[in-house]
Amino acid sequence: MVYKIVAEDDRKYVEEFREAPITAHRSPGLQRVLNIMRLYRGGDQYILIARKEFHDYVIGRMPPLRDDPIVIEDDMVFTSREAAEWELFCRRWRQHTGEIINQHYEDKTA
Amino acid sequence: MLKITGYPDRYSAAPGETIAFKVSLEEDDCFEARLVRVVHGDANPEGPGLKFRHIPSKADGRHPGFTQKMDAGSYMTVPGFPALDTAFTFYTMIWPTLVRRDDQTILSQWDDKTQSGIHIGLKAGGYVTVTLGGPGGVRQAVAPKAMVERQWYALTVAIDPASGAVHIDHSPLIAYAMSDDRVSEQVTLARAGSASGLMLAGTPMADGTVGRHFDGKLDSPILIRGTHPAGLQDKLMRTPRDIELGRLLLAHWEFSQKIDTGETVDTGPYRHHGTLGNLPTRGMKGWNWTGEDHSWARKPEHYGAIHFHSDDLYDAGWDTSVEIALPDDLPSGPYALHVSCGESDIDATREDYISFFVTPPRDPAKRGKRPKLCFLAPTCSYIAYANHAEHITARGVEILMNRMVHFGHSDLWMYDHPELGGSLYDTHADGSGVAYSSRLRPVLNFKAQYHSWLGGHGSAVYQYNADTHLFDWLEEKGFDYDVITDEDLHVGGFALIEPYDVIMTGTHPEYHSTAMWDAMKAWIDRGGRLMYMGGNGWYWRVAFSDHWPGAMELRRAEDGIRPWIAEPGEYYHSFNGEYGGLWRRLGRAPNVMAGVGFIAQGFDFSSYYRRAPDADNPRARFIFEGVPDEIIGDFGLVGGGAAGIELDCITTDLGSPTNMLRLASSEGHSGMMLLVNEEFGPVPPNLGGDQNDRVRADLAFGETAAGGALFATSSIAWCGSLSHNGYANNVSRITENVLRRFLDPAPFPTSPDTDGAHP
Repeated sequence: MVYKIVAEDDRKYVEEFREAPITAHRSPGLQRVLNIMRLYRGGDQYILIARKEFHDYVIGRMPPLRDDPIVIEDDMVFTSREAAEWELFCRRWRQHTGEIINQHYEDKTA
Repeated sequence: MLKITGYPDRYSAAPGETIAFKVSLEEDDCFEARLVRVVHGDANPEGPGLKFRHIPSKADGRHPGFTQKMDAGSYMTVPGFPALDTAFTFYTMIWPTLVRRDDQTILSQWDDKTQSGIHIGLKAGGYVTVTLGGPGGVRQAVAPKAMVERQWYALTVAIDPASGAVHIDHSPLIAYAMSDDRVSEQVTLARAGSASGLMLAGTPMADGTVGRHFDGKLDSPILIRGTHPAGLQDKLMRTPRDIELGRLLLAHWEFSQKIDTGETVDTGPYRHHGTLGNLPTRGMKGWNWTGEDHSWARKPEHYGAIHFHSDDLYDAGWDTSVEIALPDDLPSGPYALHVSCGESDIDATREDYISFFVTPPRDPAKRGKRPKLCFLAPTCSYIAYANHAEHITARGVEILMNRMVHFGHSDLWMYDHPELGGSLYDTHADGSGVAYSSRLRPVLNFKAQYHSWLGGHGSAVYQYNADTHLFDWLEEKGFDYDVITDEDLHVGGFALIEPYDVIMTGTHPEYHSTAMWDAMKAWIDRGGRLMYMGGNGWYWRVAFSDHWPGAMELRRAEDGIRPWIAEPGEYYHSFNGEYGGLWRRLGRAPNVMAGVGFIAQGFDFSSYYRRAPDADNPRARFIFEGVPDEIIGDFGLVGGGAAGIELDCITTDLGSPTNMLRLASSEGHSGMMLLVNEEFGPVPPNLGGDQNDRVRADLAFGETAAGGALFATSSIAWCGSLSHNGYANNVSRITENVLRRFLDPAPFPTSPDTDGAHP
């Protein structure tokens, strides 16, 4: 059985991810959490759609079969890839742990 | 979404020659066009930005346009096949691969306009169908049991068109316990009307396309007069042919013949030879493959199958929209036809850059004084990656990219248009590997402005658009150069590159034919100076064919970093019978050519090089002129560093020359930069760059025995660092130092008796 993300054990990685959603070096614990979150288990796959490269992004969901259309979530627009990564992380955190993260990407601790 | 796209009729042309562009519009009925020189195609605001130079030409201005479609799906056609008006029996061996798809064709002699004739097909779930259409309407028989995917079946369909009597019989080649896939069914339908021509694996449609495609292999299709039982099939397939049965034979297509062509041979008396459409895969194991030989050239009778795919595409066949007669004095270099149909916005891109290269004049009398530097445009690698859609077909690549998978407008359009055909990295809808890639179709990632899901954080550019970093740098530094493409080299050989003292590669020259490999090696061994400006070069062997111009073949055999894996027994190229796969596995590791070879890959972040002791060797003094730095390339548009994406290193056991200097090596890679699988036997637990010191790029230099030299950056990301800080940085300086010395005709020392210092 692969690693199960548990809020009590893995909550410490949430802030590390929010500080730098896209970065070269992560703690092994955070990388494990991300790898588990990103495993494809069938179903829809989340994608990042650049409506304007380097400026405007939305999240999309690609269905399991290519015959079906990509669903574009254009009600939530991000100005950076990092902000979109944070949104997706929060959704997956909730899927895995049941917890809701009530923090925005822009609210960095001073 | 894309509202305009197109492709050229070829990727290179000489001044004075004409090049044709095929353009499709999704809105409006006209577009603007202009010829441009491509300087920098990367839109990253952290870099120099987009740069194109308009070249006035007769193409400038408005042109009419319309929507052009692509008709994907492979098939065999015999246009003149006479109507099957009297009783007949069809036998074939069949291996279906995508039974969830509905309405597939095994054999059709069907008039779609009048809905008459004969159609033998497969219904969703793998059920054989026989449809007869005639004066009494259309009637269909469906087999009561289904075929199972990727199992061989002997199929017999006996039809009396006059009475509508149909018998369907199929039995598996291997009878598994508990399986329930045998059929022997007699049905009466209505009388079949007459139709002519014949197709396998597809049906001609009323709109002029070919549809209702089959996914899977067919082997030994046979038609004989009269209705006969299934048990006769064995006797029919034996050689020499039974004389009695021979008198009844209408056709027997033996796909084991002419495997390297687009023709199929009918060994029956009427010689109804077939033509293949859309390049189905040949050199495929047949129903009777035993494995006693893996080469179709040596044992063709075991390779009598053709694998048809509903998503094969050879030639989009678009009409020409614009033709340009290139000016006689147009300098060699990278160009594009820039087309546009309005302003782009967040929902749609309304412009396209249709890329091509201008080579030197072909006529020696017109060549004039040429630059001594040549950029070898890696068009084989561009074609290999053409419409790379693993982010769509592979699923689960997010974990490899270590961040969300990026889709731009081109990728969304690609998703909606599977008929565009995949790259050599993709799998067909039925899960089999794409073994052929053609340039006779729009290639969305062979264009400036394309930002790739694969290109490293930052600019996210790959192959062609990453190579524009080098075009920009060469222009900024004032270096004049000619361009020869891989395909030119394949055809023209050594003589084409003989005049050049220096050849610079692109960022990722991964795919090479034997002719290209031999020409390049000959050039190096005769004193050429190679600047290998990338990583993971000279990795895979590819093949071309005169029967399918514009297409390239690959077999992902045995080993290597492979997104799909060729089946055992299918490692030999159908185009030319050569054994496919890694050049390393053929005994010609990349190290033999460029001094370094593939060691690691990681697609998110790049790192820096640290100076090594060999940097202070007098032989390398010219390289580090003005570069006292310990750390090189801790900056860049491709992943933030000069060492990234794919890395090479010096390995003398694999053929790196023993005199290669290790000038600097990268370090500081994350655990996501991973050792490649051909570098280990048992799987070690320390595959990542944070724990494995073999995971590194070696900046390398060595002289050759003929007085030439090799310089290797060993990194795909290197060129992304060239423009940093207004081109004033140590990556740019090192590159310039090397290029200037390489352009100096003074030979490099070949004897250790010299002190190694250059003049």
